[in-house]
Amino acid sequence: MKKFLDISRLVKTFPTPKGPLTVVRDFDLGVRKGEFITLIGHSGCGKSTVLSMVAGLTDLTSGGIILASKEVTEAGPDRGVVFQAPCLLPWYTAFENVMLGVDQVYYTATSLERRQIAEYYLTIVGLGDSMHKRPSELSQGMRQRCGIARAFALSPKMLLLDEPFGMLDSLTKYELQDVLLDLWQRDQKTALMVTHDVDEALYLSDRVVMMTDGPEATVGDILEVNFPRPRTRKQLMEDPEYYRLREHLIGFLEERSHLRPGKPAMAAAH
Amino acid sequence: MAFLELNNVSKSFGGQRVLSDINLSIQEGEFVAIVGYSGQGKTTLINLVAGLIKPDQGEVSLEGKPVTGPGPDRGLVFQNYSLLPWLTVQENIALAVDQVFPGWTAAQRLAHIDKYIAMVKLSHAKDRLPKQLSGGMRQRVSVARTLAINPRILLLDEPLGALDALTRGTLQDEIANIWQTERKTVVLITNSVDEALLLADRIIPLTIGPGATLGESVPVTLARPRDRKGVNHDPEFKRLRALVTNQLLAFNAGRKVSLTQKLIRPDILPEDLEAPRVSRPPRRPGEEKHEVILTS
Repeated sequence: MKKFLDISRLVKTFPTPKGPLTVVRDFDLGVRKGEFITLIGHSGCGKSTVLSMVAGLTDLTSGGIILASKEVTEAGPDRGVVFQAPCLLPWYTAFENVMLGVDQVYYTATSLERRQIAEYYLTIVGLGDSMHKRPSELSQGMRQRCGIARAFALSPKMLLLDEPFGMLDSLTKYELQDVLLDLWQRDQKTALMVTHDVDEALYLSDRVVMMTDGPEATVGDILEVNFPRPRTRKQLMEDPEYYRLREHLIGFLEERSHLRPGKPAMAAAH
Repeated sequence: MAFLELNNVSKSFGGQRVLSDINLSIQEGEFVAIVGYSGQGKTTLINLVAGLIKPDQGEVSLEGKPVTGPGPDRGLVFQNYSLLPWLTVQENIALAVDQVFPGWTAAQRLAHIDKYIAMVKLSHAKDRLPKQLSGGMRQRVSVARTLAINPRILLLDEPLGALDALTRGTLQDEIANIWQTERKTVVLITNSVDEALLLADRIIPLTIGPGATLGESVPVTLARPRDRKGVNHDPEFKRLRALVTNQLLAFNAGRKVSLTQKLIRPDILPEDLEAPRVSRPPRRPGEEKHEVILTS
């Protein structure tokens, strides 16, 4: 397998008043080009820390991350990040928020082309009529749509999503998952997403990576999700395989997430 | 005569119809979940039952008596906990208990308060202030306070909406356990189909506004206690989950219009910002060529 993203022996230690705390330890993961991977685990297990290190926003203590044959050392526009809170500049409109990055990475293009890119992505995510509104005039769900458009508009090599739908009610979440899948498929991106929602992980991913509880969190188990694409929620819910995978994930989170692999109890589960 | 009845209830705000023709009857001891999208009037509905607002048309009655204002016969739990920040866990609950049971001795009231604190597993934290508690613990205090006034009916307005999945699961199990022992009548407002399926005897979807109304009731006959993991191989769970989810998705599909729009996505590649700045037109994916060049 040619690894587009290669995370190896990743370790993150934070200093605390009580001495160093190792949040993530020996985390290994390879991601193919075009794959959609979700990282699932309990709150505070360190899954966001892993994502943040891939984004280059958090320094790593040891180990390495290679993206498209290049080592990740700092943040850059080749990785588009979508955060839980969309982090839009409140004094800019949705359009201007997207243009901020577009103007940077497409500086050789004409201003018309740059505008077309921003308009294209804002329309695809469903903000065609509201792109000239400020964040305060947009609902939580619409702001997150804008966050998604901003990430895709830069045509990044990789998309990193940190619980992007965590603050939305389950039904708005459904809509935005479809927006995300649609864009991911159109642009054929590679995506890594952090979530604690089992159904979200199954609906979106090619593989679900289950993380053990921190401290010293690592990969506990990996689940292949082979439903044909494009997927619909209805078709998934009727697939008996869906509930088997769902039970596997819930079982991991409720019963096995506190076990690090390599220990006898874990070996029996494989 | 049902325990709680809503007859043709409608409510508008500022000329905008929020709820229309709501008809609902709930039996004593029943656990009913109302599931719907955000901003469609779920909270308005619970506020009408609580007596915090009055309907424009129709009437709400509890045990045959019309609801005209708030009262301790209806206990509310809000998403945002609503605890007084300068009072401890015990004092927050005492505030409600002292109001509702003024005839009791101080010792009786204290014993009563401690019983409910123990029920939500917070005995170790009863002298803490809300800011010293996690979100899940705060919501437990709010549940204990509501149960302690011994209401005839419990109204839960997205009580677990602000909590992470794990804490949410734990509290769902606790609510299910408490309901099993106390056998209160409960109306739960939620946007989670799974939460409704794990807790309720009956699920009622709320359609999409303006002028939202209640859809057809779906009885949930899954055996209790319901196990979050085990239900995944229960065919009835799968059937109900698909039924309710599809109903909600169908409400929303009716709201969508498909439109065809002319859009231009320029076929250009982003520049590498770490490389020195260039002054040439943007590269296009078709222009990119990869060739193997042998050098000595």
